Amino acid sequence: MIRWIQIAQALTLAIAVYFSMGATGASARFENLGHRLMCTCGCAQLLGECNHVGCPESTRQRNELVSAIAAGKSDREILAWFSDKYGRSVQAAPRAEGFELIAWIAPFAVFAAGLIGTILLVRRWTRVPPSQ
Amino acid sequence: MASFGSFALLIALVLAGYNLLAGALALRLRAVGSTDSLLPEQLGDTARRAGIVLFVPVTAAAFALLWAAFTNDFSITYILEHSNRALPAPYKFAALWSGQEGSLLLWAWLLASYGFVLRVTHEVDVRLYAYASTILAGIQTFFLAVLCFAAPPFALYTGTVPADGNGLNPLLQYPEMVIHPPMLYLGYVGFSVPFSFALGALIMRYPGEKWIRVTRIWTMVTWLFLTCGIFLGMHWAYAVLGWGGYWGWDPVENASFMPWLTGTAFLHSVMMQEKKGMMKSWNVWLIFSTFLLTLLGTLLTRAGLVSSVHAFAQSSIGTWFVVFMAIVLAVCIAAYLINRDHLKSEHRLTSAVSRESSFLFNNLVLLTSCFVILWGTLFPILSEFIEGSKVTVGAPFYNRVAVPIGLFLLFLTGVGPLLPWRGTSFQSIRRNFVLPVIALWMTVIACLVAGVKPWKDGLFNAGNFYALVAFAMVAGVMTAILTEFLRGAGVISQQMGSNLFSALWLLTRRNTRRYGGYIVHVGVVIVVVGFAGSAFNRSEEKEMSLHDRMAFGPYLLEEVGATQDSNQNYNSEYALLNVYRNGVKRFQMAPEKRVYLVNGQPQTMVAIHSVPAWDLYVVYEGTNPETGQPIIKAFLNPLVGWIWVGVAIMFFGTVVALVPNSVPARESGAMGGEL
Repeated sequence: MIRWIQIAQALTLAIAVYFSMGATGASARFENLGHRLMCTCGCAQLLGECNHVGCPESTRQRNELVSAIAAGKSDREILAWFSDKYGRSVQAAPRAEGFELIAWIAPFAVFAAGLIGTILLVRRWTRVPPSQ
Repeated sequence: MASFGSFALLIALVLAGYNLLAGALALRLRAVGSTDSLLPEQLGDTARRAGIVLFVPVTAAAFALLWAAFTNDFSITYILEHSNRALPAPYKFAALWSGQEGSLLLWAWLLASYGFVLRVTHEVDVRLYAYASTILAGIQTFFLAVLCFAAPPFALYTGTVPADGNGLNPLLQYPEMVIHPPMLYLGYVGFSVPFSFALGALIMRYPGEKWIRVTRIWTMVTWLFLTCGIFLGMHWAYAVLGWGGYWGWDPVENASFMPWLTGTAFLHSVMMQEKKGMMKSWNVWLIFSTFLLTLLGTLLTRAGLVSSVHAFAQSSIGTWFVVFMAIVLAVCIAAYLINRDHLKSEHRLTSAVSRESSFLFNNLVLLTSCFVILWGTLFPILSEFIEGSKVTVGAPFYNRVAVPIGLFLLFLTGVGPLLPWRGTSFQSIRRNFVLPVIALWMTVIACLVAGVKPWKDGLFNAGNFYALVAFAMVAGVMTAILTEFLRGAGVISQQMGSNLFSALWLLTRRNTRRYGGYIVHVGVVIVVVGFAGSAFNRSEEKEMSLHDRMAFGPYLLEEVGATQDSNQNYNSEYALLNVYRNGVKRFQMAPEKRVYLVNGQPQTMVAIHSVPAWDLYVVYEGTNPETGQPIIKAFLNPLVGWIWVGVAIMFFGTVVALVPNSVPARESGAMGGEL
C-alpha cells in the first residue's frame, strides 16, 4: 500500500511540475476575458461566442477588450472598466467580493456540510442499531 | 371548434374534480371503516372511472386545437399567434406546444394519458392505485383549472380576424422540435406518477417496499423520457442556434436538468430501500422534491421571474403555480409529519465502505449539483432584491462550480459498482481498484504526451485541466465497468463452458437491472468524453468571395458559389463550400440562412459534417452589408458525436434494465446484487 501511495505522490509531483511550465499570451487573455463578459446586444451570449452578423455591440466590445489588454491593464481592471461602462450584468459571473461572493461560497459550503453530514450519518448507521 | 374545445376542457375539469373529491371521500371512508350505505368501494370505483373517462375530453380539446391549427382558424388567438397558412403540416403539430396555453394543454393531455394507464391497470394493487389515482386527479384538476380560467387556449380574437397568422417561431421550425418538447414533457409530467405513488404510500402507511417495485417502471420510463428530451434539446440547440455549443446554462435548460438530477438520485437511493429497508424518508423527499422542481421550473420560466432565451411561452400564471406549490408542499409536510414513524430504517450499515455508503455519497453529489443549478438560476433574482442590480450567472459560474462536482460524480460512478453490498476488505478493494487506477494514470500520461495540456498559450486553462481529469476518470470508470462485466461473464463461462459473448449475454439477462444500469453508466462515460472535447473547440470566421479558401484544422474550405431558394414559408440563401482534406475533395457543405416570410425573422441552418474525432460545423452568417460577400464561420468541435452515441447507449441500457430477469436475481452480494 505504501508503495502505491509513493507512486501516486511521485506522479502527482511530476504532473504539478509539468503544469507549472509555460508562458503568457495576449490571445489567451483575450480568449479568457472574452468568455467572462457578456455581449450586451441582448443575445444572451458570451462576448467570445457572440456570432450574429451585424451585432451592434460585440465588434466594438471586442475591440475595446483588445485595446485594454494591449494597454497593459490587469484582468481585474478590465472587468471593472467594462462593468462601469456597460453595467454590472456585462460580467458573465458574479464577482468574488462583497455580496456576490456568497454565490461562489454557497455551493461549496452546501457540499461541505452535506459531506460532513453524510460521513456522520454513515458513522452513526454503522454503530447504532435502528430504532424499532 | 373554439366552443367545442372550451366545453371539452370544462367537462374534463368536472370529471377531474369528481375523481379528486369522490376518490378522497372513498379513501377516507375506507380508512375510518365506515359502514354507511354509501359504499366506499363503489364510490371509489366511480371516481376511478371518472378519471379514465376524463382522458376523452382532454384528448378532444387537444384535437380541437390541432384542428384549428390545420384549418387555419385564426379566430382563436392562440392559433393566430403561433401558426400561419404556409406553415408545413408537421409544424402545425409543434404549434400545440409553442405557446403557453398550448403547452399547458399538452401537459394536461399527457397527465390524462398517464392517469388513464394507471387507472386501467389498477388491479396490480387496488388500494395503492386508488390513492395514486386520487392524488393524480388533484394535479390534473389544477392544470385543467389553469386552462379553463387563467390560460385558455381557445380564447377568441377580438376584432377583425386577420387573413393570416403570425407564424411559428423560426427556432421551432426544425424536425427535432416536433419530438423534443413532447419527450421533455413526457418526462416532466411523468414524475407526477411516482410522486402520486410515493405520497399515496406514505398516507396509507403502505406495508413493506412493494410500492417501490410497482412504481419502478414508471420512474425509469419517466427518467428515460426526460433524458431523451434533454439531449434532443441539446442537439437542437447545437444544430439550430449556430453558436457551436449545445448547452448554455439557460434557466429553461436548468429547469429541465434539476428534476433529472433528483430523479437520478432517487433511482439510485431507492435501491437502498428495496434491499435494506433504509433511507425511506430520504426517498420520499427525493420524489417529492423532483415533482416540486418540475413545478418550480415551470414557474421560473413561465412567470418571467428569470430571463431566458426560451421566451416562447411566458405569461402571468405565476400566482397559480405559487399557490399550487404551496399546497403541494403543505400536503407533503403534513403527510410526512403524521406518518414519519412509518419510515424508520429497518437495518443498519455493516460497513462504512460499502455499496450502501456509495449510494449516500452519490446522492450527496447529485443533490449538490441540483442545488448549484438552482442557486445559479435564482441568484440573479436574489441579487436584484438585495443589491438592486441583476447579476448575470452564466457559463463561467457553472463551469467553475458544477464541473468539479460533476467530475466527483463521475469518480463515484466508477467506485460505487466496485464496492459490494454490506462491506468489503482491503484485499477486495485492492483487487477491484488496481486496474482502474492503472488505466487512470496511464491515460493521464498518454494525454500529456499527446498534447492535452492543462494550459493554453502559457496560461493555466481550467477547461483543458478538467478535460484531462475527465479523460483520466473516464478511462478508470470504463475499466471498472468492463472489469465487472468480464468478471461475472468469466464465472458463467467457466461454469457453463460457453464463450465469452454468450456468457456476457446470459449475465445481463440474469440481472438486467444491474447490468442495464452498468450500460447506462457506459453511456454516461461516453457522454462525458464528448463534453470534455469541448475544451478544445476552435473557430474561425472569414468573409469568403467566390473561390476564396480557408485553411481550418485538417480541412481546406473553398467557396464555390452561393444560391437562393424560396418556398411559401421562407426564402433561403446557401453558401456552397467544397471541403478538401490532404488535397483531395471529400465532400460539399451547404450552410443556409432562412428568412421567414410571415414575420421576417431570420434563422440559421448549420451544416455539420460529423466524424468520431470531431464535427466540422459551418455557419453561413449572411453577407457583409458593405461588401456583399458571404461570411462563413467554421467550428471544429472535437468529440461532439460521442455525446449522441452516449445517449443512445444510455437509452439502450435503460431499456435493458426495464426487461425482466430471465431468472430471479439473487438477493445480495457483489455478483448477484443490483447496481
